[in-house]
Amino acid sequence: MRRFSLGLLDIEKLQVGYVSKNGYVKAVDGIDLKIAEGEVFGLAGESGCGKTTAMLSIMQLLPPAGRILGGRIIFDDMDLVGLSDAALRKIRWKRISMVFQGAMNALNPVYNVGSQIAEAIMLHEKSSRRDAFRRARDLLELVGLDPSRGSDYPHQFSGGMRQRAIIAMALACNPRLVIADEPVTALDVIVQDQILKLMKQLQEKLHLSMILISHDLSVIAQTCDSVAIMYAGKIVEHADIISIFEKPLHPYTQALVKAFPSVRATRKLTVIPGSPPDLTSPPTGCRFHPRCPVKIDACMQEEPQLIRVEEEHYAACHLLRAERKSDGD
Amino acid sequence: MAVLPIRRLIEKFAYFLLTLFLVVSLNFFLFRILPGDPVKMLFRDPRMTPQDLANLRVMFGLDQPLYIQYYLYLVNLLHGNLGVSFAYDQPVFPIVMQRLSNTVLLVGVAYIFFVLVGIFLGVLAAWKHGTRCDSFCVSFALTTYSVPTFWLSMLFIIVFSVWLGIFPTSGMETIGVGVESFGAYVLDLLSHLAMPVITLVLYYMGFYTILARSSLLEEFTQDYVLTARAKGMSKWQVIRKHTLRNAMLPSLTLAAINIGAVVGGVLQTEMVFSWPGIGSLTYEALLLRDYPLLQGAFLITALSVLAANFAVDILYTWLDPRVRY
Amino acid sequence: MQEHLKTIRKFWNSYKRSKRGMIGLIILVFFFVQAVFAAQLAPYAPDQSLGPSSILLSPTLAHPLGTDEVSRDVLSEVIYASRVSLMVGFLAAFLSLVVGTFIGLLAGYYGGLKAEVLMRITDLFLVIPFLPLVIVLAAIFGSSMLNLILVIGITGWTWTARTVRSQILSLKERPFVERARSIGAKDSHIILQHILPNVIPLAFANSVILIGNAILAESVLSFFGLGDPVHVSWGMMLHYAYLSGAMTLGAYWYVIPPGVCIVLVMVAFALVGNALDDLLSPRLKTSWI
Repeated sequence: MRRFSLGLLDIEKLQVGYVSKNGYVKAVDGIDLKIAEGEVFGLAGESGCGKTTAMLSIMQLLPPAGRILGGRIIFDDMDLVGLSDAALRKIRWKRISMVFQGAMNALNPVYNVGSQIAEAIMLHEKSSRRDAFRRARDLLELVGLDPSRGSDYPHQFSGGMRQRAIIAMALACNPRLVIADEPVTALDVIVQDQILKLMKQLQEKLHLSMILISHDLSVIAQTCDSVAIMYAGKIVEHADIISIFEKPLHPYTQALVKAFPSVRATRKLTVIPGSPPDLTSPPTGCRFHPRCPVKIDACMQEEPQLIRVEEEHYAACHLLRAERKSDGD
Repeated sequence: MAVLPIRRLIEKFAYFLLTLFLVVSLNFFLFRILPGDPVKMLFRDPRMTPQDLANLRVMFGLDQPLYIQYYLYLVNLLHGNLGVSFAYDQPVFPIVMQRLSNTVLLVGVAYIFFVLVGIFLGVLAAWKHGTRCDSFCVSFALTTYSVPTFWLSMLFIIVFSVWLGIFPTSGMETIGVGVESFGAYVLDLLSHLAMPVITLVLYYMGFYTILARSSLLEEFTQDYVLTARAKGMSKWQVIRKHTLRNAMLPSLTLAAINIGAVVGGVLQTEMVFSWPGIGSLTYEALLLRDYPLLQGAFLITALSVLAANFAVDILYTWLDPRVRY
Repeated sequence: MQEHLKTIRKFWNSYKRSKRGMIGLIILVFFFVQAVFAAQLAPYAPDQSLGPSSILLSPTLAHPLGTDEVSRDVLSEVIYASRVSLMVGFLAAFLSLVVGTFIGLLAGYYGGLKAEVLMRITDLFLVIPFLPLVIVLAAIFGSSMLNLILVIGITGWTWTARTVRSQILSLKERPFVERARSIGAKDSHIILQHILPNVIPLAFANSVILIGNAILAESVLSFFGLGDPVHVSWGMMLHYAYLSGAMTLGAYWYVIPPGVCIVLVMVAFALVGNALDDLLSPRLKTSWI
């Protein structure tokens, strides 16, 4: 169990929105996160909850319609929000890099894989083409691929191999933090397992910090030290990995944990009824209340804040406050 | 190294020959639809005696059934015999070919400029997407290709020749200039070439601007563009290295198939500027109802377009990156 | 029927939001009104000659656009000419649309060898340069308004045919066609009830460009003297302007107005076409730059 002590990345009250007809649609509405050196941090939630938007905004890779509306992103004692594009470009990939979904067109089909990795190296280091390519081949070997495949094109790789190549590319400049957005989602279960094991191995060997984003809690369970659960642009629970699974506090987390099957336990498969809210007009009070099985009156009126329920276990639910009050805490 | 797709080349060549044949036949049949006595239509010289007409009738096989006439037509064609022009009283073929060369000069120069300028504006607009520069480029392109070529030519003449006196009003050369020196000749040629070329460039560049811009904008939605930006490339670096190459393909395709469309604009330009090309020849032949000349001009125009399309098609097949990779 | 009205209203509301589209539409309405009320708006009758001393006068208060080489008022001519230009354009485009849709439908729905041949013929027409072909046709068949409409209309079907055909090819794959067939619906029924309603919006958007092209084609042909000499269009006005040497005489008032009208109408159609295109095929993916 890690302590949230040495802050590598500190996100404070981050709000990110997209320009629309009537002002902004807030995809991320005030989140706070701290990631420590050497930690593997998971960010979980349904599609559309804002996790990808939050991660893109760290390096300010939002599409033209996206804006950071408020908050701070502190990395290595620097607030990334408000940095010039030139300064951001020095940080991108060199200190923070990303692993994208392999199923995406993340690799350009007209260039071979080796040159795309070498491109990253040559961007940030004074390296000759030959050296860069050599480094690229070493990286391919590091992720378990045959180095000579650097001269092959992305479409010549299978899904799993392409994902490995993307991981190799992310490590090209020895970053301190790697953000992986749904890295294994499109792969079959056996390959998923291989890739996740590879990522964990590399993370330990290279002393990396990692943020892993996924809608699949089992993926997070396999790799992360701690997890934050996002819903409708807000963080509803935040704890270390074991507490989340053994003692989920927020009704949404509980539903998520119940929702995936376990071979050992005799849990029934449950589905969370309803669907995520429309962020152009989110529900009043707690955003989860329309789908919550245990809501009380307060849930519809007041938004619950993220409170510390136990040692390093935070949750945002009115029921917990009520409980704590009754515990005389 | 690229592998030449032999089979595809042969297919294309066969298709080219087929189209050639169809055009040639169409040319024949169109002119046979003419009402009235074909001999009188084709050889309308009032000095001809009935005996002359009868002789001509035999010579051109006009007393024969249609299929024999068709056969004779094809044979004549292969010998480069396109008939005799009434107005010039000379064989059609050499006249047409000489005028064709003038047109090729005009079209060649204009083509290079309108493709380059058009693409440049399109890339500029996409790069500055969402700004006023973008809106301006788009509006400019939409406007210029809404302006009829002949009218633009007329305006140019009024403004630059009549009022400002910068450029000559018509023709391809000032008579007698070539005698002095080659340099003077070239300069004179350029001054005559300037306005027709500018007119054509203004009109045809619009297509390329719009196309290049939308192709680039489409490329911008690709995931590998996000990867490139995440790697720390500047906006221009990303555009240049990851989007430009793929985005240019549709524009190149357009350049290849656009040749036929340019003919229409060239015709108008040649007419208004009195540029002695095959377009103005077509118009002259129309005015004079000189059917052999009209038929010859039309045939050569159509065949030139086909040949040019075919040549570019072959080039494109060879350069197609999908074949390479 | 109610449902159709609702979709039209929804469509109109989205269309209204496009600034460009509205500008284009307003210009078109302006010209349309002007054409319909020509008799009321024009100060003189279009072929009214004002006496030999009034030849090629530059603009004055009495004649805001001057007079032409047979001393007619240019302003009135321009207003009346809009009728001819617009009408020929619309009718020719309509003809292209009908013929093109019909051929595209046949080729797309029935497929097979016949379709291949049809498409090859279409391609042939695409390759042969338009203007020389039309000049030849006009030389053979003579120049009148009807001929002009026919010639432009018939040579314009190619693009519509191709677009309709590819639309139908993709529609054919959709489940509702199979379902209709499996319950024994006749081909004609399927085409009329299911395929046509899906093709019509696309054809409608296409037709905007067709009309623009037709108007341009008419003006070019008229300029070459192949238009109707009696019913003078904008192109025909420019033809007379050219013949009378207005260019070299610097009679800009004769040359500019008909051309400006053509340009405005063309731009209007381009704007409307653009707006429709944005509406009907929205870009769903986000841009990363």
